[in-house]
Amino acid sequence: MPMLIRWRNGAAVAGPDPFTTLEDDAPVPAGDVIVSIDRFQADGERLLGEGRRVGVRVLAEEAVEALAYDLPRIAAVALEFPRFRDGRPFSAARLLRERLGFSREVRAVGDVLREQAGFMVRCGFDAFAPADGATAEQWTRAASRFRHVYQRAADDREPAFAGRGGG
Amino acid sequence: MYRYDDIDKAMLADRAAEFREQCARRLAGEIDEDQFKPIRLMNGLYLQLHAYMLRIAIPYGTLSSEQLRKLAHVARRYDRGYGHFTTRTNLQLHWIKLADAPDILDDLASVGLHAIQTSGNCIRNLTADPHAGADADEVDDPRIWAEAIRQWSTFHPEFSFLPRKFKIAVIAAPTDRAATRIYDIGLRLHRGEAGELAFEVLVGGGLGRTPYLGSTIRQGLPARHLLSYLQAILRVYNRHGRRDNAWKARIKVLVASLGAEEFARQVEEEWARTDTAPVDLPDIELARIRAAFAPVGFETLPPVSALFEAAKSEDRAFARFARNNVMAHKKAGYAIVNIALKTPGETPGDCSSDQMDVVADLAAHYSLDEARVSYEQNLILPHVKLDDVPAVYAALAAAGLASPNIGLISDIIACPGLDYCALANARAIPIAQAIARTFADPDLADAVGPLKIKISGCINACGHHHVGHIGILGVDKKGEEFYQLTLGGSGGGDEGEASLGQILGPALPAGEVAPAVDQLVGVYLRQREVGERFLDTFRRTGLTPFKEAIYADAH
Repeated sequence: MPMLIRWRNGAAVAGPDPFTTLEDDAPVPAGDVIVSIDRFQADGERLLGEGRRVGVRVLAEEAVEALAYDLPRIAAVALEFPRFRDGRPFSAARLLRERLGFSREVRAVGDVLREQAGFMVRCGFDAFAPADGATAEQWTRAASRFRHVYQRAADDREPAFAGRGGG
Repeated sequence: MYRYDDIDKAMLADRAAEFREQCARRLAGEIDEDQFKPIRLMNGLYLQLHAYMLRIAIPYGTLSSEQLRKLAHVARRYDRGYGHFTTRTNLQLHWIKLADAPDILDDLASVGLHAIQTSGNCIRNLTADPHAGADADEVDDPRIWAEAIRQWSTFHPEFSFLPRKFKIAVIAAPTDRAATRIYDIGLRLHRGEAGELAFEVLVGGGLGRTPYLGSTIRQGLPARHLLSYLQAILRVYNRHGRRDNAWKARIKVLVASLGAEEFARQVEEEWARTDTAPVDLPDIELARIRAAFAPVGFETLPPVSALFEAAKSEDRAFARFARNNVMAHKKAGYAIVNIALKTPGETPGDCSSDQMDVVADLAAHYSLDEARVSYEQNLILPHVKLDDVPAVYAALAAAGLASPNIGLISDIIACPGLDYCALANARAIPIAQAIARTFADPDLADAVGPLKIKISGCINACGHHHVGHIGILGVDKKGEEFYQLTLGGSGGGDEGEASLGQILGPALPAGEVAPAVDQLVGVYLRQREVGERFLDTFRRTGLTPFKEAIYADAH
């Protein structure tokens, strides 16, 4: 089983990934799967009916709002970074957490590098499949680099202005 | 001015430590240049034609004397004893060693300076009115809002990988001294009907290959909602800006393709869904920042200084400096002293470490410890007593910094061009030097009057050529440097709203540029009516008489 880094209580922990990511035309194996939005909309009922957990993979150009009504049934949303420097999934993660109220796993997949670990955690990602081979320890270190933050985001860190006595 | 507290300092220290580790990984060969590139760019470190270049942020162009001394020190110790002030009020060091970069960042951090977000596709260093806090017409100090945005945008988790770089300018006076219409977002603070502070929000300005002037998408935005409104704009852009083509990735292209009205609708819709309270700064934090910019140390003085007046009548050179470089201050008995980094024959924007030290000393003794950098690549002492202007002038003159040419034809903006920059098609500096030498006689420059020449070495337009009264763009023609001239551009300010220049005709070889400028000035001097500046005459006559003068032989 491939490994996944999860963010738990302020630190990264590596563990097995129970989900299999399926291409749209791939046969369905036993166990938990992650499928595209298209496949979820076509096949979701059946997949869920078989007693497995189902996650949905969202491409950078796709709007997470498309999942709004299905989120209660979705076990994980995998947001894909097509390239390191494509920042769209950061907005998608915040919308999932802050606007759509999604509380299960939001994972970063694709061109995921430790240089973005801190930003990802702040935007609400809690699972990572690093493309640079980063270990959980390296991920924790990269994500915990800064003692302060200047703005509120999808995590629970209080911004500098709150610490200074503001609201 | 705002001084960094323990939290701000910790941010800089943490960033410097992170970069030191990243540099070590690169120097040890653990990561290659391709992987290192986005990392170093996030710290303002470019690889140029000859060496690494470090771009140091000077947020909203404000420096304490201690900070300016540190810049002098860094340029002396790690570079060749000078630096280059840019049109974004940053300081560039062009001859840096990678191994020194972490030490430089540590040195800078010790005085609250850094290179954060001076490159990369993020929200860049803020620009504000260089006369902030000294201008009689301002409704507020725009740096209060610029500092609020600086903090909010620093290491923003959602907006650090935008489609393209993102620049914001803030003004709070009717005269636009920051060229807000050529910014991705221009913010103009004013007082609403009930006296409340409100922003006019302009979006989608920018120069480069496809120049646009920004469009107003919101009038009367309550100032307290600035940050949540910016979040809405940035979110719409982050999600929908083009990422398939770097030339079409700026927000100006998104705004132009949707139309300003539709873009505004999308922003308003996003903003309406936003829980604004957690994003907007609480009043207590705004008050803390405001207090940092409160005027401190001004004396009550008579509006006229006998010393200043006497010096003007006794010394013709000082009188010229006073006329061109000294501007009115909101406090009686004070003046804004502009320092032109444009001595004819020198590189526009360049300043030696020794000169920086001189300006730092003058700021400490005569300008309430403040200096400014303007987008016109000049320095400013914002709060000088009229009584002290003669002494300041004497010290500047001794340091080669008393060029009396602010706003005149030799006060030229130029990017570093092909002498340094890997992107350039042509050199900009020698063209600026040749023009400045042509008009080096101060009497001649005075006779020509206000005339802004702006030179870019390539279409990226770092030299703002589109908004020069005379704009000069370097192009490559089969391996040779040619220059395309535009006329009638303006960044705004006391020239009314901004405008983009019109192309004069076919590009000229390097040797013909300064003579052509001379001819254009000749046309202006013959055509001008009483009281007209070059731009006024051009706006009245249009391109034709100028075009005929330059291309007559081709007919």
